[in-house]
Amino acid sequence: MSRFWVLFKSTAVRLSALYILLFAICAATLVFYVTAMSERLLSGQIRDAVAQEVTQVQRAYDAGGMNLLLRTMERRARQPGANLYLIAGPSGDILAGNVASVQPGVFEEQGWTSVPFSYQRYTDSGVVGHTAIANIFVLDNGLRVLIGRDLGEPERFRVLVRQALMIALAIMGLGAIIIWFGIGRNALKRIDRMSDAGKKIMAGDLSQRLPVGGSGDEFDRLSVSLNNMLERIEKLNEGLRQVSDNIAHDLKTPLTRLRNKAADALDIEDGEVRRSALEGIISESDQLIRTFNALLMISRVEAGSVAAEMSPIELSAIVADSAELYEPVADEAGMALNSEIEPGIEIQGNRELIGQAIFNLLDNAIKYSADTECAGSVSVKLRRRPDGICLSVADHGPGVPPGRREDVLKRFVRLDESRSKPGTGLGLSLVEAIMELHGGTLELSDTEPGNAERPGLTVSMVFPARPA
Amino acid sequence: MTSPQQEDALSLAEKQPAGNVGRMKILIIEDDLEAAVYLTKAFREAGIVADHASDGESGLFMGSENTYDVIVIDRMLPRRDGLSVISELRRKGIHTPVLILSALGQVDDRVTGLRAGGDDYLPKPYAFSELLARVEVLGRRKGTPDQDVVYRVGDLELDRLSHEVRRGGKEIPLQPREFRLLEYLMKNAGQVVTRTMLLENVWDYHFDPQTNVIDVHVSRLRSKIEKDFSQPLLKTIRGAGYMIKDEG
Repeated sequence: MSRFWVLFKSTAVRLSALYILLFAICAATLVFYVTAMSERLLSGQIRDAVAQEVTQVQRAYDAGGMNLLLRTMERRARQPGANLYLIAGPSGDILAGNVASVQPGVFEEQGWTSVPFSYQRYTDSGVVGHTAIANIFVLDNGLRVLIGRDLGEPERFRVLVRQALMIALAIMGLGAIIIWFGIGRNALKRIDRMSDAGKKIMAGDLSQRLPVGGSGDEFDRLSVSLNNMLERIEKLNEGLRQVSDNIAHDLKTPLTRLRNKAADALDIEDGEVRRSALEGIISESDQLIRTFNALLMISRVEAGSVAAEMSPIELSAIVADSAELYEPVADEAGMALNSEIEPGIEIQGNRELIGQAIFNLLDNAIKYSADTECAGSVSVKLRRRPDGICLSVADHGPGVPPGRREDVLKRFVRLDESRSKPGTGLGLSLVEAIMELHGGTLELSDTEPGNAERPGLTVSMVFPARPA
Repeated sequence: MTSPQQEDALSLAEKQPAGNVGRMKILIIEDDLEAAVYLTKAFREAGIVADHASDGESGLFMGSENTYDVIVIDRMLPRRDGLSVISELRRKGIHTPVLILSALGQVDDRVTGLRAGGDDYLPKPYAFSELLARVEVLGRRKGTPDQDVVYRVGDLELDRLSHEVRRGGKEIPLQPREFRLLEYLMKNAGQVVTRTMLLENVWDYHFDPQTNVIDVHVSRLRSKIEKDFSQPLLKTIRGAGYMIKDEG
């Protein structure tokens, strides 16, 4: 029973119940209309037939008087399935005819009987009632003539039609109920399966997916989009877990080092030595603060909270400034910094963030290709491409193997396992987050494809072309 | 309490020019008591008198009733938000320079902070040396309106109108950016300026440059203004930044 109620609660079943009700009302209306119409049609035909006979009988009376009238009526009355023929006196007593008796009072009327009346045939035994309608007219000698027709046939026809329609309606209704129950139950089962999967997911098993039937119906589409959402959540969750793991690891190491240095400094007697030890501690903490700042920055950029500060900025000028800023740094590292900047390129963006992204790329390019024996050069290019605006920074360092390109964008991932170079491992993550905020993409490629030894790395920031 | 020896080691004060603007007096409005105690102590070691208010209302009261050289204010405060304290002070006609400390982001929040009437903005976490340098620059800014056409440090002269730099009467050719760098350093002569402050004021980017970019520019500038001269002017203050000063 409770199962039934659960079923009834489902939208599908409730909707079907409503449909069935509406359908039944329509069908019943149809049945009554059809029978009423056919009845009217039949009684019309009956009246026509009776009226025709009345005319013929009257004509016979006019032509041959009472004699011909009686003969005509007798002949007609003997035919199989004959109509009702009666002649009655002025007081209504039956003088002749093929009917034993009629409902009293019938002869008081003239013309069509207003309602069907009952009568008895000679063949009838007991109280089997027949009903008929009739036309009554008065002859000039005062006799009344009744010509009528039995209503049994149209009555039977009406009952038959009504029965047939009722049966058809019942079958249709039953079919509808069965079909809808089937569908409702099916829907209910699928929803049950979905909510079961949902419970498992809530319990922490993010790898669970909602069942997809494969029919491509609404349920499948819902499941597919929920599954896509789950996939994204799982990925984010995984990313978050990895980041917190990395944070824990990457911050634990310098914190431990910091602690040890501080402990060592406590024991140093010589003021000068101790000062330098403490300065070391300060710079170590500064590095930690930088890491935290970079992390905060990334999460803020990813959250999109800086989006409000977007304005038209001249990218060409920013790139030129950055190149100017880093030129001495490259020079110091024994490299040339070449720039090819297409003038007048504007984008919608945040100058601070774009600046920081370019600084990070230049910084990386110089840092990772500097100490290689033929360091070569770093080049900055800003140009329009058919698919947007491309800002690329290319170096001739060891490059990043294609398989690891996705990794280096992750937080705290550094290819240089020994961490011999200073850095937080957050630079490219920040650049990527900034590009995402600007609706652009970050592309990593070889500067010199085919140079197995030193392919170099080209990082391209591709901004979407501004609609003109 | 830490021993005097340790204080000495931690303090940046002795590297600072002791009281060339008299003893500076500042107000710290900060609800984190531990941070406030640390800041008060650290400022005292740097020769700056610091009062402390622990919520927005009392901060506003103290800021209006007393005269301070600089107010350092946390953005999120109990009883009255930091930005509203600033606007209220400005409404009352108090133009004490205000430095906003904030744990909020550094890009857009900075702009809102400055719009509310703040003069400088430092995102948490920060290094004390950075805060100290900024407070000192702000405190001095109040006293001397920036009207000098020619800045002088020792025998070094910078003419802001003709964009000429001379040392000992000899002209030193500088790139436009180097000129602006020197201009900012000389404007704040005798004060420590941090790398971040240089990036902000010379290149107009407001973030931590992370690497040695600024150092390279400063050392280029240094080689130009100190080459052929025995007297060094541009000093590196370890753990803090740079300072231009005539010690001759």
